[in-house]
Amino acid sequence: MNVSVAERLHATGTGSALELRGVTRMFGALAALVDVTMTIEPGERRAVLGSNGAGKTTLFNCITGDFFSTSGTVRLFGEDVTHFPAHERIRRGLRRTYQISLLFTGLTVLDNVYLAVRGVSRGRFSLIRPRRSEALMQSAVELIEAVHLTDVRDTKVSELAYGQQRQLEIALALAGAPRLILFDEPAAGLSPTERSELVEILTNMPRHIGYIIIEHDMDVALRVAERVSMMHNGRIFKEGLPEEIESDPEVQELYLGGGHG
Amino acid sequence: MAVRDHADVSATSGGIRTHTNYLGWLESVHPAYWLLAILLLFMPAFAGSFWLFQVWGWAFILGTIALSLMFLAGYGGMVSLVQMTIAGLAGYMVAILGASGVSGISMGWPQWVAVPIAIVVAAIFGTLVGALAVRTRGIYTIMITLAVAAGFFYLTRQNYTIFNGYTGFGGIQPPHLFGVNMRQPVHFYYLSLACAVLSFLAVVYVSRSPFGLALQGIRDNPRRMAALGYNVTAHRIAAYTFASVIAAVGGILLTWQNAQIAPASVGIGPVIDILIIAIVGGIGHPIGAFIGAFIYVILRLFSPDMLMALGLPGDRFRTLIGLGFLLIVFWSPDGVLGLWQQLKERMRDNAGFTGLGGAGER
Repeated sequence: MNVSVAERLHATGTGSALELRGVTRMFGALAALVDVTMTIEPGERRAVLGSNGAGKTTLFNCITGDFFSTSGTVRLFGEDVTHFPAHERIRRGLRRTYQISLLFTGLTVLDNVYLAVRGVSRGRFSLIRPRRSEALMQSAVELIEAVHLTDVRDTKVSELAYGQQRQLEIALALAGAPRLILFDEPAAGLSPTERSELVEILTNMPRHIGYIIIEHDMDVALRVAERVSMMHNGRIFKEGLPEEIESDPEVQELYLGGGHG
Repeated sequence: MAVRDHADVSATSGGIRTHTNYLGWLESVHPAYWLLAILLLFMPAFAGSFWLFQVWGWAFILGTIALSLMFLAGYGGMVSLVQMTIAGLAGYMVAILGASGVSGISMGWPQWVAVPIAIVVAAIFGTLVGALAVRTRGIYTIMITLAVAAGFFYLTRQNYTIFNGYTGFGGIQPPHLFGVNMRQPVHFYYLSLACAVLSFLAVVYVSRSPFGLALQGIRDNPRRMAALGYNVTAHRIAAYTFASVIAAVGGILLTWQNAQIAPASVGIGPVIDILIIAIVGGIGHPIGAFIGAFIYVILRLFSPDMLMALGLPGDRFRTLIGLGFLLIVFWSPDGVLGLWQQLKERMRDNAGFTGLGGAGER
């Protein structure tokens, strides 16, 4: 963990945004992830599809360090982070959203975003109260604007509508300087209008930010991704362009159930 | 420093407040706090020595120690039973390093040396206990900290080379500031008031700082905080360090007030009393610790008389305290602050109606 800046710069200058090699995660005797190997290039936008229990969220948890993988290696921007705790990986430019919103419901929208901005910068232990003019506070305000939540900036999160909470989830993931974001079913529970807003937010993100998205809504997933990985029973069994995946007979049978599209 | 909607029991509900100027800050303090400040400031004008020294002095001290628990439990979600032990250790350090009746052990260092060292030692001890305790949650945190508290109690009782065993230290020199004996009731009243107010302001201020906000975030959702780049464990341990400093201040004052410290001061009884004080007052806001402490002191000092007036043995004061605790927690899990909140809401709901229509309802 005590890597010098020079080493880190060197490490991050080359290599992929994310590189998984033989990542396996066991829960007792149950193999949730089996020998997953995956490479995401910087700025790449990838969708991960699969039925419930295919291991998609477990994959995210192993990438972020919410859980450690049982075996295999995880490299972020060329650096081996396999044994790094979650907060160390986040500080290297990784972000994630959660399927079920994990927000600080007792705090306001501004507090939530401010915590996210502060989390990836210095002064996490600062005892000095933030001021309106502070740069971090400014970027929190801007992020809230970017996800259209300015009207409810000083509202407690527990009082927000469901769609607004999902938007706030995204704002938290955009804090700081993200380089790779993991979106875990961001469209779940959203109305059609909110869905198209989400697609707009995702496609309009700066090009240098890559992401991996887990999504059940094929319309959303195939529109925002450049490549698609298919998962089943903890394995990745197919990778390709959206149109290839959509027309693949094996995929049709396993996942789309024939009735789709 | 009291926040605008201070009556809102949840201290987390406010949001980041930023004051552009000093006047804005002054205006944000609730009038009730001004009233309280004036009352406390002029207390010696109408209160006798007993009230100043025994009642108020003691309430400020216990409130300060309970405040350290309120900080950990209210903002950090960590119920620590080791706060009285940390306070007691600071008290012991003052006795050992400073002057006491036990000249064989006490080193007789001047107070301006002994006090800072005592606070630092207590802070280090609290940090170590924290490092041990923060890896556990809920009931296990309570058990670990209780085990440390019990261990320290038996250590002080059985160790004669450092802690002077069962008898502890008596005849501890009262503090002298500018040549004034601070143990005189009026002086001690102001000393303990100042320490309590400074600790209170420190907690209120820190609760809205990035550190305090992060601590509350960790309380609500540790996993998410890690996913935002926070080192959850380090934050929790730092919270113990901060709380230990406050507890140490209370412990030193307590030792000065009693002019002695002994194993009985750090026994399981006093350890639990701090928890009771914090819970009874209300864990949601720093002022709750002092409300709880005041109620405890009043019950503790006057219940023997009350019991004897009823023809019961006076040493059963703990029964009365226990009953009071039971009643308050039964009616309001948020302590006296919660009761106040309920009352306010009921009055608002009943505005326009006569009588207490919904009195039976929660």
